[in-house]
Amino acid sequence: MLDWLQRLGQSGLGFFERLGRGHLLLYYIVAGIPSVIIRFGLLIQQIYSVGVLSLLIILVSGLFVGMVLGLQGYNTLVDFGAEESLGTVVALTLVRELGPVVTALLFAGRAGSALTAEIGLMKATEQLSGMEMMAVDPIRRVLSPRFLAGFISMPLLAAIFSAVGVMGGYFVGVGLLGVDEGAYWSQMQSSVDLHEDIYNGVIKSIVFGVVASWIAIFEGYDATPTSEGVSRATTRTVVHTSLAVLGLDFILTALMFGDN
Amino acid sequence: MSSQDDAPLVKIRGLRFSRGSHVIFDGVDLDIQRGKVTAIMGPSGTGKTTLLKLIGGQLRPQSGTIHVDGEEVHKLSRDKLYRLRKRMGLLFQSGALLTDLNVFENVAFPLREHTKLPESMIRDLVLMKLEAVGLRGARHLGPSELSGGMARRVALARAIALDPMMIMYDEPFTGQDPISMGVLVKLIRRLNDALGLTSIVVSHDVQETAAISDYIYLLSGGKVVGQGTPEELERSDSAWAQQFLQGLPDGPVPFHYAAEDYARDLLAGREGEVG
Repeated sequence: MLDWLQRLGQSGLGFFERLGRGHLLLYYIVAGIPSVIIRFGLLIQQIYSVGVLSLLIILVSGLFVGMVLGLQGYNTLVDFGAEESLGTVVALTLVRELGPVVTALLFAGRAGSALTAEIGLMKATEQLSGMEMMAVDPIRRVLSPRFLAGFISMPLLAAIFSAVGVMGGYFVGVGLLGVDEGAYWSQMQSSVDLHEDIYNGVIKSIVFGVVASWIAIFEGYDATPTSEGVSRATTRTVVHTSLAVLGLDFILTALMFGDN
Repeated sequence: MSSQDDAPLVKIRGLRFSRGSHVIFDGVDLDIQRGKVTAIMGPSGTGKTTLLKLIGGQLRPQSGTIHVDGEEVHKLSRDKLYRLRKRMGLLFQSGALLTDLNVFENVAFPLREHTKLPESMIRDLVLMKLEAVGLRGARHLGPSELSGGMARRVALARAIALDPMMIMYDEPFTGQDPISMGVLVKLIRRLNDALGLTSIVVSHDVQETAAISDYIYLLSGGKVVGQGTPEELERSDSAWAQQFLQGLPDGPVPFHYAAEDYARDLLAGREGEVG
């Protein structure tokens, strides 16, 4: 019993220690952002590898999610003779929820895991330590540009996801199932609100972008510098980011739409 | 010459460092003289690499002081520590080359990070450094295309890119074939003398290291157990120094890891008590 209590206490302390290290690292990363802005080339390079290279998976997933929404939405709405509202259903679902959330989950799998593995391997092969000894701060040189790139890329990817999804819904709803084209777009236009829906969706995607990049970078930087340690850290990145995004999504949704 | 120039470049006093309950250094005093090649030798696991990281300010000792060029490393602000690090190079055992850059860019890295030199001058400097280690022709290769010895030589070219006052070598000869070992041995001595450097070589390759060093410290069990010029150590009557320098399997450092009585251990297994 005492042993069990001791283990519980130890893992509790370990958890809070990691949490503390994570927050300290976030502080240093953010403090390093001004030096990234001066060296624009580094940032562009990272936006390319974090954002641009994630485009394909975001485009394809967005299209299919939109098509499924069009199909499912039509099947439900047609029972009530309300298939004209398909545009509204598709757009609101994407902009408010699926755009930011699914993009963040895909981002964790595509870019987050790559970030963790890259940083973890740089640590394991002493590249970060080597930089430190060359008087180059690895946090400013390696971590801050990647963090800022994730922060900038996530909202853009989420916006692209939603836009492509709306087109997917259009292809299925209007193209295949015969919903009126004018109704699809005009209903969408009249019921999607800039502040209520779009801004809140963007806020969500920014928050997810910060969380996903932070977790990925911290896991890489904090990884045990062995091949097993890096592989575990990569797994943890995907699992923790997914859980954090879904949990935060509920909290943000409750704050944004809870009083309706 | 001022008295500052005669003082040792690195002065370590009463150094204590432990990881958890494992004591790595227990009151170590060391002096590294300017312009000399000083070797720090000892069996694996005596914290030789840790010592280099302590000198470079990457680790913090529990007590004791480390002065480099008159400055106490662990009392410096971050900016001053980084300024000091620009004047010292550390050659990692793995080379620690940046894997996303080729040989040329790896050597150019510290120049690009710390200077605003025009591209043509960076090119000249990089080629000069690569020429010094004999790898000017390998400038387009990626780190994965290099052999272990070549990677270490590129790392050496990178370490001297900013013309430091001191270079620390972490196990430079480990895992090298006789030819690349010979190349590295020559390079360390030649660069030290040609560039007026101070070199610290951490190693357990006795013959190679003794051949190029001016002074040797022997570390074991967290303490300095012997020191002197290679000739002095060879003549020393310390049993420990003799065992280490001649590579004898048994002596003050026992062949057997501490264990209970052999016969009793075997009999215990027969009664079904394993472990």
